[in-house]
Amino acid sequence: MSEHPEGGARAFQPEGQHQQPAYEPPETVTDPAVQGLIADPHEEASRRIIEGEHSHGPRQTDVDPRAAKRAERQVAALFAVSALATVGFVLAYVLIDLDSITSLAWSNRLLGATLALSLFCIGAGAIHWAKKLMGDDEYVQARHELRSTAEEREDFVDSFRRGTDDSGFTRRSLIRRSLIGAMALLPINAVILLWDLAEEKPGGPGGLRETLWGPGVPIVAAVTGEHVRPEDLSIGALVNAEPENLEEIPEGPPRLNALADSAIILVRMEPAEIVSQQGPDWDYQGILAFSKICTHVGCPISLYEQETHHLLCPCHQSTYDLADSARVVFGPAARSLPQLAITVDEGGYLVARQDFAALVGPSTWEPP
Amino acid sequence: MTGSTAKGASTATAGTRAGVARMLPSPKDNLAAGAGTYVDDRLHSANFLKRGLDKVFPDHWSFMLGEIVLYSFIILLLSGTFLTFFFVPSQAEVIYNGSYVNLRGVPMSEAMSSTLDISFDVRGGLLMRQIHHWAALLFIAAMAVHLFRIFFTGAFRKPREANWVIGVTLIVLGLLEGFAGYSLPDDLLSGTGLRIAQGIILAIPIAGPYASYIVFGGEFPGDDFIPRLYTVHVLLIPGILLALITVHLMMIWFQKHTQFPGPGRTEQNVVGYPLFPVYTAKAGGFFFVVFGVTAALGALAQINPIWLYGPYDPAQVSAGSQPDWYIGFLDGALRVMPNWEFWIGNLPISLNVLIPALVMPGIIFTAMALYPFIEQFATDDNREHHLLDRPRNQPTRTGIGVMGITFYTLLWINGGNDIIADFFNLSINAITWTIRVTCILLPPLAFWITRRICLGLQRRDLEKLLHGRETGQVKRMPSGEFIEVHAPIAAEERAVLASHRTERPFELPVMEDANGIRRPHRRIAGVRARLSRFYFADQVEMPTQEELRALEHHDGHRTDQVEHQVEQRELSRGSGQQ
Repeated sequence: MSEHPEGGARAFQPEGQHQQPAYEPPETVTDPAVQGLIADPHEEASRRIIEGEHSHGPRQTDVDPRAAKRAERQVAALFAVSALATVGFVLAYVLIDLDSITSLAWSNRLLGATLALSLFCIGAGAIHWAKKLMGDDEYVQARHELRSTAEEREDFVDSFRRGTDDSGFTRRSLIRRSLIGAMALLPINAVILLWDLAEEKPGGPGGLRETLWGPGVPIVAAVTGEHVRPEDLSIGALVNAEPENLEEIPEGPPRLNALADSAIILVRMEPAEIVSQQGPDWDYQGILAFSKICTHVGCPISLYEQETHHLLCPCHQSTYDLADSARVVFGPAARSLPQLAITVDEGGYLVARQDFAALVGPSTWEPP
Repeated sequence: MTGSTAKGASTATAGTRAGVARMLPSPKDNLAAGAGTYVDDRLHSANFLKRGLDKVFPDHWSFMLGEIVLYSFIILLLSGTFLTFFFVPSQAEVIYNGSYVNLRGVPMSEAMSSTLDISFDVRGGLLMRQIHHWAALLFIAAMAVHLFRIFFTGAFRKPREANWVIGVTLIVLGLLEGFAGYSLPDDLLSGTGLRIAQGIILAIPIAGPYASYIVFGGEFPGDDFIPRLYTVHVLLIPGILLALITVHLMMIWFQKHTQFPGPGRTEQNVVGYPLFPVYTAKAGGFFFVVFGVTAALGALAQINPIWLYGPYDPAQVSAGSQPDWYIGFLDGALRVMPNWEFWIGNLPISLNVLIPALVMPGIIFTAMALYPFIEQFATDDNREHHLLDRPRNQPTRTGIGVMGITFYTLLWINGGNDIIADFFNLSINAITWTIRVTCILLPPLAFWITRRICLGLQRRDLEKLLHGRETGQVKRMPSGEFIEVHAPIAAEERAVLASHRTERPFELPVMEDANGIRRPHRRIAGVRARLSRFYFADQVEMPTQEELRALEHHDGHRTDQVEHQVEQRELSRGSGQQ
């Protein structure tokens, strides 16, 4: 071994120079009772039964015909239970209609129980059969050395060399290199085809940066869809809200797309409690609006603690201090929740003053 | 030509006859023989099939873990096929009008609506959904435990390295397949999981936004993703899984199964029961048992009640949302990571997302896949191994495994930190900080403790081998001396203990010969020598082959001499170590 310390240099060696024998000498056979049973690994028919002290001894079913008969009946009984359960399954399917939650629950239980029984009993029967009635003697079978003989390896190398010589793959470097080059480019075909999986591109309109908010866009409560007046919000309250123009977007995926970056929360606190904001006077009389989408990986944030003004993301526990520009006070998020500057319109309803100034949702590169 | 065919056919008949006659002493022999002849006339299969029927498999409970994986995969294919007949993979919006009253009139995607129909309006539909989900959890759990078995017993060693790599690939694909599967119903829980996945994709520097738009067809959530995911879940990944599982099994068949050490078991043989009939009955029966158990779970244990979650809405989430168990460690990693993020212009490098979600799993799975080769390099072991290691006999490897499991478990626990905080009324910040610290400190500690335990167990084995088993009886000799009575251990146990060989660390070869010529690859040899010491420097000295033989023959004086000799050697090593 010490002549060849380098790793990985154990490639195919047709000349048969092995550093180590592929097989250790059979040193684990210390037991003379067994030693004689180990057949030559190169001999095909090498099955013997281990007898004597190494067999588990006779089972009850081996010595007592009545026990064997009993085991046979047990196996048959298990198979019979399976057959009955199959009948039960059919009955449960035919007889129980799904006309109420209760009948659904019973249908599920009975179909499941009968199916489970019909399957399990076949399995249990087969295993019982094997354990009680099938042969209990262990067999020894020789392993064959996985490596081929030196001659076989040499033959292989000869054949391979004949092929490479004939094709001139090694000699004709122009062909070899141009083939490798062409093959290396082929995956581009597959990759380029995937490009149009993106029906729009991230840089385009309505992309990552833009939301539905803009100057004067009214704020509506998420559940009722009604406009919000400052006096609707008491100190300590949190209201989920969205832009009024969300209603103009067709229902279904387009609206969900818009909602995914336009959802906000409104909170109200004593103006004196506000430590800082992301812009000058972006609040309205202590009412603050923030994006509802966590800047970590985009979960909608929902858990608000009035006392501390902390807002907690239920997914990964990023915690934001809403009284202090919604900066991150704990957890894996790095950026503050973007603040939406708000005011009231002439009707006294809350509206946005402009779109978010910061990127909504997870941090990402914004393509030009 | 005709002659040889006729000869093959007659061999088949005789072989089948002999085989069947033992099992089923009935006139049906003729039928079996006829079938054998028919097939053999066309495929020359008699010899091949005979060897198949006779093939011996060793018996051990832990060899059933891989079977559970295979069987739950088959259950997944069967139950999944049923589900595809009813599921509509579409994000087009419909107004739900099915049997579940609480959601009537609610707008939702066709995917969600059809999943509700499977649950409430198709007889056996809910059962099949629940069987499918339980089987998926079992599939991945069994893969994980199977992996532990392979790792700790060294079954990945030569010649089985390739099968190990296939196994690691299967686990990664299994995780993806599971995640894809529970994302398909488009309910609130799965949608939240997808939103997190999209957030992770967005964090990839530069390529992130493009990748997200390619995967989702545009903005999140869009209307393309569920149909695309469906193709991935029912065709692409299962196809690859099926192909890899087939190769995995073919290699097991061809290389023959490993076995634990025991009387008569060597590197050159397989000791066990034949495929036909014993394993046909046991393994075939076990398939039905596994299927039966998942059916019972589907009947009695509710799983993924999407009707309670409601349809996906990007502005809603429920507290305590948890992914399936196998995604938990990734979620826990995301939770435990400090909020490190820096910006180069308008390009964020979001280490808070990249490290836990992409880098860490990338490193873990790559290291796992490469482990057999790393160990082979370190131990300089190029032999074939068919006898399994007892984990205690490879303290370093076992320590590495326990270290990995400890790390994984801590992340997994942190995946439920909100649940734990709520249940035990603890501070979530304190739990997260505890995991931040322990996931760095505990794994090395676990490694060290495990290694010490292994070495302790080795010493006990040596004791038993030299003196036999302690009986707890103390005897007073006529001379007044007290001795503790030891009983000889059983031959079976003895064979197991004696199979352990002390491995020697790789000795650094001479680096420069007499003529001042330096040997090539000196640095590699140095790295190997260090790694090899890491693996084998601490080892209990086992008796040599010759000493074992002397111990076995019980000729009083010589036995005492050998016992003394072995003990002295072990003691001197122990003192040298400290």
